[in-house]
Amino acid sequence: MKILVTDRDGNKQILEADTSSTLMEIIRDEGIDIEAACGGCCACATCHVYIDDKWLNRIDPIDDDEESMLDQAFDVKKNSRLSCQIHLNEELDGLELELAPE
Amino acid sequence: MIEKTDVVIIGAGPVGLFAIFELGLLNISCHVIDNLNKPGGQCAELYPEKPIYDIPSRVSISGQELTDELLAQAKPFKPVYHLSQQVEKIEKLDSNEWLIMTSLNKSIQAKCIVIAAGAGSFVPRKLPIKNIDHLEEKNILYAVRNKSILEGKKILIVGGGDSALDWTNELSKISNVTLMHRRKEFKASPDSVSRMLDLEKNKKLNFLLGQIQGIEDLKNDKIKVIIQNNDEMEDFEVDYLLPFFGLKMELGPIANWGLNLDENLIKVDTEKFETSIPSIFAIGDINIYPGKLKLILSGFHEAALMAQECFKYCFPDKKNIFRYTTSSKELQKKLSST
Repeated sequence: MKILVTDRDGNKQILEADTSSTLMEIIRDEGIDIEAACGGCCACATCHVYIDDKWLNRIDPIDDDEESMLDQAFDVKKNSRLSCQIHLNEELDGLELELAPE
Repeated sequence: MIEKTDVVIIGAGPVGLFAIFELGLLNISCHVIDNLNKPGGQCAELYPEKPIYDIPSRVSISGQELTDELLAQAKPFKPVYHLSQQVEKIEKLDSNEWLIMTSLNKSIQAKCIVIAAGAGSFVPRKLPIKNIDHLEEKNILYAVRNKSILEGKKILIVGGGDSALDWTNELSKISNVTLMHRRKEFKASPDSVSRMLDLEKNKKLNFLLGQIQGIEDLKNDKIKVIIQNNDEMEDFEVDYLLPFFGLKMELGPIANWGLNLDENLIKVDTEKFETSIPSIFAIGDINIYPGKLKLILSGFHEAALMAQECFKYCFPDKKNIFRYTTSSKELQKKLSST
């Protein structure tokens, strides 16, 4: 499966993904600049991304923990998510997202 | 006054705390410095309640439990903690020892330095807005050091956590306070939240929904904060802006000590975990070597080997006899001396 990431400079990249990873891991392991300071345990807000609207309803809904962590992020929008909390599955093949500003 | 010890450990996270124990077994005394106001590092600050599953022999342990147990384990060796301060400068003395100076003007003399600083020290997360550096400490305060300057002023506090709510409640007694958050839900102690809501009901403070989009310097000691709420924009003039967006980690002054770095990590050997500068060691997440895994258990191993080498600097004339805690009467006596 593939995902389409737009980085902070507006460059688009197609990444090979697999269902055993979180979205943050795929982005980080590709070497794209995403801080993910806490390593993926939903304890910071440094893997903040915007999910393309047409995919928003297809990913697992946001829970209270993630919503609270987003309070520490800037420029939070309706399609804001923490990428470490998004587990990939085959239905998300083609997922489009954009990294939030630092 | 200069305090003296054998080793200064920078960072009171799990690895720094275990280093006290390993050094203590070898009769090496320690002072520990940390920028947070409590020991435990990321374990206590970022995820005190989250379970950790990969500590040997612990099926599951929370960040706070691990911290408490490590503190108890280190206690017999009487470490001295210097919290809420950062190491700003180090200097090599003629005696070949180090002088370590902190942001609270504390000076400590030691034979070795052990950097166990994890991902760096925790500092307030700053607003990602360009050209506002000159307003910091003037109109934009990320921490309140002197409450009296805020008396009678118009203040905008931003955030939804404990810091934001505590200061909102406190400052509404003496200033004209507006609290802004992106939603009307708060991740703070229920007591602070209900106090804030009461104050709002009694018109002792204002609450605004929104996020900061920009800041303008009005050059008259005031700033204009541009606020966005959904698609609406609004200008808000204030004397002071207090943003509370949690903490982030940065390497800080350590980057300027001339250590051999790889990105923001300190290169070490895998025998002694010594840096490119003799008698300065780096253990835990802050170091890098071929095959490095950022695990707490790797840091524990690194602490044990580092301690062996520190012994040579601390007691150059003594022979280090390797002993097990299970069989050594001397070690057992030390460990039960609390």
